[in-house]
Amino acid sequence: MFPPAIKGGELTPRANKVSKLLDLGYNGHLESSGEGVTTVNLKVNGETRNLGEIDPQTPLLWALRDELKLVGAKFGCGISQCGACTVLVDGQAVKSCSYPVSAVGDGQVTTIEGLAGNDGELNAVQSAWVDLDVAQCGYCQAGQIMAAEALLRANSSPGDDDIDQAMASNLCRCGTYIRIREAVKMAAAMRQSAEAADAAE
Amino acid sequence: MSTLNYADIGDVVPRVTGERAALDETVDLRIGKLDRRQFLKLTGLVGGGLMLSFSTPRALANAAALQPNGYIKIDATGIVLYAKNPEIGQGVKTSLPMIVAEELDAAWEDVEVVQSAIDQGLYGAQFAGGSMSIPMNWDALRRSGAAARAMLVEAAAKHWGVEADSLSTKDSHVVHAASGRKLKYTELATQAAAMPVPDPRSLTLKKRDQFRLLGKRITGVDNRALVRGEPLFGIDQTLPGMKYAVYQKCPAIGGKVRSANLEEIKGMPGVNDAFILDGNGNAMELLPGVAIIADNTFAAIKAKRALKVEWDESDASKDSWSHAKAEAERLTNESGPAVVDTGDVDAAFASSGKRTSGFYTYHFVSHATLEPQNCTAWFKDGALDLWAPTQTPGQGIGSAAKVVGISPSKVTLHQLRCGGGFGRRLYNDFTTEAAAIAKRAGVPIKLQWTREDDMAYDLYRAGGFHQMDGSVDDDGKITGWRDRFITFTNDGRRPVSGGGLGAGVFPAGLVDNVRVEQTALPWKNRCAAWRAPGSNVFGFVVQGFLDELAHLAGRDPLEVLLEVLGEPRQMGRRGMHTGRAAGVVRLAAKQAGWGRELPHGHGLGVAFYYSHAGHIAEVAEVSVDDDKRVKVHKVTVAADVGPIVNLSGAENQMQGSVVDGLSTMMGLSVTFENGRVEQSNFDQYPMLRMPSTPDVAVHFVDSDYPPTGLGEPALPPLAPAVCNAIFAACGHRIRTLPISEEGFSLA
Ligand code: FES
Ligand code: FES
Repeated sequence: MFPPAIKGGELTPRANKVSKLLDLGYNGHLESSGEGVTTVNLKVNGETRNLGEIDPQTPLLWALRDELKLVGAKFGCGISQCGACTVLVDGQAVKSCSYPVSAVGDGQVTTIEGLAGNDGELNAVQSAWVDLDVAQCGYCQAGQIMAAEALLRANSSPGDDDIDQAMASNLCRCGTYIRIREAVKMAAAMRQSAEAADAAE
Repeated sequence: MSTLNYADIGDVVPRVTGERAALDETVDLRIGKLDRRQFLKLTGLVGGGLMLSFSTPRALANAAALQPNGYIKIDATGIVLYAKNPEIGQGVKTSLPMIVAEELDAAWEDVEVVQSAIDQGLYGAQFAGGSMSIPMNWDALRRSGAAARAMLVEAAAKHWGVEADSLSTKDSHVVHAASGRKLKYTELATQAAAMPVPDPRSLTLKKRDQFRLLGKRITGVDNRALVRGEPLFGIDQTLPGMKYAVYQKCPAIGGKVRSANLEEIKGMPGVNDAFILDGNGNAMELLPGVAIIADNTFAAIKAKRALKVEWDESDASKDSWSHAKAEAERLTNESGPAVVDTGDVDAAFASSGKRTSGFYTYHFVSHATLEPQNCTAWFKDGALDLWAPTQTPGQGIGSAAKVVGISPSKVTLHQLRCGGGFGRRLYNDFTTEAAAIAKRAGVPIKLQWTREDDMAYDLYRAGGFHQMDGSVDDDGKITGWRDRFITFTNDGRRPVSGGGLGAGVFPAGLVDNVRVEQTALPWKNRCAAWRAPGSNVFGFVVQGFLDELAHLAGRDPLEVLLEVLGEPRQMGRRGMHTGRAAGVVRLAAKQAGWGRELPHGHGLGVAFYYSHAGHIAEVAEVSVDDDKRVKVHKVTVAADVGPIVNLSGAENQMQGSVVDGLSTMMGLSVTFENGRVEQSNFDQYPMLRMPSTPDVAVHFVDSDYPPTGLGEPALPPLAPAVCNAIFAACGHRIRTLPISEEGFSLA
């Protein structure tokens, strides 16, 4: 399997739906036909944010970064290839560079800024990333962390193959994959022991 | 030869890399023409020289704070250490302050690290390149920490009325053991600030066994902010009233704007302005193009897609990989000017028992930093501020000042975390563009390159061609070695950065009869330093061909490599030490279990390369199936780079170099036809992903040599180690990178 060029990215069920809705191929830039603007409210990290008038085809990535100044999600390729822009919509990892803001609708968007607790405490994935000193340049890591978060929400004890598969859509130019893999395992263990502790109470 | 001016191409990294300095002293260059037969022999190239500038730390005036130099500020509220160089993922924002903290005896938990301003008067050269941050700053940083520590001790001695030598320091405290008293550095700061700054040369530094911090695993100082998505990177900057800019250049480099549908673009929703910039004649600074300014990035990108430009391509690139390859094949049939010529290769070939030859090729590649180039710029009241992810901030200031027409003293560059560097951000074309656009815009702008811009206007790692010939005698000893190298030149005078062989190339000085010839083909697309410039491809060629000669002789490649390295000795002033080289080769071989019985279809390959003052050997274990699918099971790395500063960061660099090396050798290439780059995004530039990542075992030699950098030297041995392992596994000799060109893929 080399090198797995991910044509169009893997489509989550939700993205499939969106893709149908807007008849977008998810295989490249959002081609714009209409020039209209629309008013969009976005549910981000538990708050409803008004984006004002915005081109409905604006990718969620640029709405987050330019309008809401939530710059954790990063621009890498713009065509669903690198995963630097990964955020969660209703708990599922999506490539926000190829996800029109108008398609989010009522969906709950979670960005990396929304992971830590209200007291600022890092969650399990964030802590594992710090403890294992995963990052080199760090540019891909917000996307990696969001992909890992989505994986662990769906699968509390992923094996090596599950991790490889779930993380294959996220590129790290610096080559930190070995540490990312370890960090996902560490985060899974942290979440499990936290759950066990909760259950014991 | 070309009206594209590459004036600055040699003035960025090469100054600071020993390899390039050596090259400048020795190179004769023959220029091959693609269209007609004409060779031009050039001599007397300007010597670069190694410019290591150490500024004497000067005390900064601040009565309440202890600030004996630019690296340290201690006051009642805490200890701040300043990180002077750009952070590009090589870890210097953590490792450089660690060196200060060690001699300061500050507890790492007490330290806050802050990125310093650009002040090369205070800090000396501030850049990230050539794996130079550690070796260039090691001594100055240690003395800076020791100076502050001495002042704190003096202050405590005065305070308690005891002798300074009765005091010790530990964990940000001065301790008087005899009385059991201790004081925090933060409590002593004001008094210490009044003490004279000691002469840095007078200070006693720690012995290695006294280190408390260095050599430990320390997590990066920005990690907590990173995992929260805080705005650390160049691309994350926002200013009040900021607009978003894009810049379209000619797809064939060197083309000029004849006309563009500017009115139509200006009428698009969200677009504020669109205008033509002529370029400043320097291809490394400002190429001609069309700038668009918009309310947000998406509007700018959409407008760029709607832009129609008529280009004047009369002086534009016609670069063609297929033509270059054909010309290189022709040129290697004949002799070229030599950069190395020791002994008598022809006589050796004539008298030796066995000969072999091979034509080695590697493609151009892109840096592909994951953060596309960008820069935020604000020109206001005759002064310019830049927020830039650059590896060479000083040069960025100079180019921006030039293009805006102000004094460099009117330019402030705020250095920001870089989303990868790999050499790309040594060149400040993107910051220069931002400066020029900001001057015209009159409001703060963020210039954003798309990924397509980034791939089309990179400064590529040049491809190259080597006709290799070698001989062994009846005892299996290597007797002759010839490398006919065809490289590229941008300026018609020198090989492109990273595309020149110098006198120190392997195996010069190690084999009796060596001849290395060098010829350059003219090339307009800009080429420049790419992680471990030169070494990243020469390692593949020379360590692969050495393996070929070992097999020709019917001998164990490990044994031949060690035989070639020979007796322990220093090769020239900046060359390798053969004893250290043999040490890492033996260590890697031992740890990888060289010589053990392997499963069917598996092979082990070994390679060594010396670059950026690092001695590194790697052993790869691979298996190859009948469909030429390669699985890299494990890579064992042994490195001798002196004492390790941050074990976690050092190991991360080694792991990353292996992954980068593997990614690049497996499937990455940038090709050119009609002057244009044929790849435009990651779907055509398939970098390695997690499922293909091998196990990597890292071993550091515990040595007392001065510490050297780790951003680069672990990359060059990877490709030859894997290719030699593939040969061992299946008998196919790889002579082309990426190996996908020879039909191989990753399992
Ligand atoms: S920026 Fe979205 S996948 Fe690369
Ligand atoms: S850490 Fe640099 S791209 Fe992943």
